[in-house]
Amino acid sequence: MNNLPVKLYKLSTCSHCKSLKKFLEESKVEFEFIDIDLLEKKERKATMKALRLINPKGTLPTIQIGNQVVVGFKEDEIKEALGK
Amino acid sequence: MDAKTLYENLKPFQESKGYFFNEDKEKVFELLDALLLNMERYGYMACPCRLASEDRDNDKDIICPCVYREPDVAEFGSCYCNLYVSKDWNEKKIPHAYVPERRSPEKSLY
Repeated sequence: MNNLPVKLYKLSTCSHCKSLKKFLEESKVEFEFIDIDLLEKKERKATMKALRLINPKGTLPTIQIGNQVVVGFKEDEIKEALGK
Repeated sequence: MDAKTLYENLKPFQESKGYFFNEDKEKVFELLDALLLNMERYGYMACPCRLASEDRDNDKDIICPCVYREPDVAEFGSCYCNLYVSKDWNEKKIPHAYVPERRSPEKSLY
């Protein structure tokens, strides 16, 4: 397994987001995450702007693994990007 | 209202229209709790799998059950959230494919 930076954009209410976070935790992957719905409005706007640069639709969850971006909890694609 | 009451209220009506709750009850109750939370937060039951704009008019298409449920269940056997599914989806007669977002990104105010 490599040590690419992993960043997860999620919603605190979304089941796919929760499943993906759980998957990363169980896979012992180091990652940072942002619950966009819990941010203050200004910060939420800025975060969505950043998210749209890597996922123009701005859908959640979106995960960035190094330079690779996976939209949605697609386990196989995420495992591949993680080198697992 | 709690999630159990919401579940019991919705189930017979939605089933009569051909929409079934995902057989994964843990996931269903997680989503129903999230819907109740969104009701408290925004005053309407915005889809928990989408970022609400806090503007009811703007979000009327994503008030659960969203307007995309019908085409999503028809095409994939499940809504975007995997809350409402078809009988065939629950019985694993069709693959549990990823349901892509059907809502236009322009609808988001963020």
